[in-house]
Amino acid sequence: MSADEELLRRLRAGDETAFAALVEQYHAPMIRLATAYVPSRAVAEEVVQDTWLGLVRGIDRFEGRSSLKTWLFRILVNRARTAGPRERRHLPLGAGETVDPDRFQADGQWAVPPAPWTDDVDDRLDAAEVVGRVRELIDALPAGQREVVLLRDVEGLSSADACSILGVSEGNQRVLLHRGRARVRRMLELELGKV
Amino acid sequence: MAWWSRRRAVVCREAVELVTDYLEDALSRRDRQRLEAHLADCPHCSEYFEQFRVTIRTIGRIEPDELAPEIRDDLIELYRRWSA
Repeated sequence: MSADEELLRRLRAGDETAFAALVEQYHAPMIRLATAYVPSRAVAEEVVQDTWLGLVRGIDRFEGRSSLKTWLFRILVNRARTAGPRERRHLPLGAGETVDPDRFQADGQWAVPPAPWTDDVDDRLDAAEVVGRVRELIDALPAGQREVVLLRDVEGLSSADACSILGVSEGNQRVLLHRGRARVRRMLELELGKV
Repeated sequence: MAWWSRRRAVVCREAVELVTDYLEDALSRRDRQRLEAHLADCPHCSEYFEQFRVTIRTIGRIEPDELAPEIRDDLIELYRRWSA
């Protein structure tokens, strides 16, 4: 029996410890994701509460075709989208450069190349502070980028799972992920005092 | 990504837009080889790619917020009512 099957069995049997562990693990990440869609923390809390209710009500019918985690996040995204303002869901993504064009020469080669800083991130005593800043920046990303970065790089979900949760194509997902990551990289560059 | 593949070689301005496609293994074999050839020649783009990897790793270090005990208790109560 896989870990997911075991967890499912316990949840169906009314095992509170199993449910509490699930809440501990996913409540806060779901709040963060929900705030990409809804106007306030209070609404995000409601949406997530409603998601837990959806899990509890649907657990007997859940067929396990996706992981429990993927299913839970899909419930959340569906509810959050319903609760949030109607928005531009499937806007085509433009070409969009993620690095300031002024940093390149006319021939496309670097004019202002990236100065090295990666050793600083790993070595710095205040690494926790850097991570805290990264978090703030992710919370400030445009919704589309934020949801992909949260699912992929914070939650560690696969590309296929993220696409299934968000209902976006693999290609659009990669564009959003790339833009989000590029913004965070730029912020780290600025924070670490280079260029 | 077709928009640059017709060109003979990758330039830096294009390479920086391909990091995620590269890391996700979404480039064709030919495009990947061209990009790798560029990276082997260009220390700046290699640095940029390394910064991207460190950025992804740093994002992965974000910890979830603490869960307020009363919220957890409310949710467990909801579950208890359902399973009763």
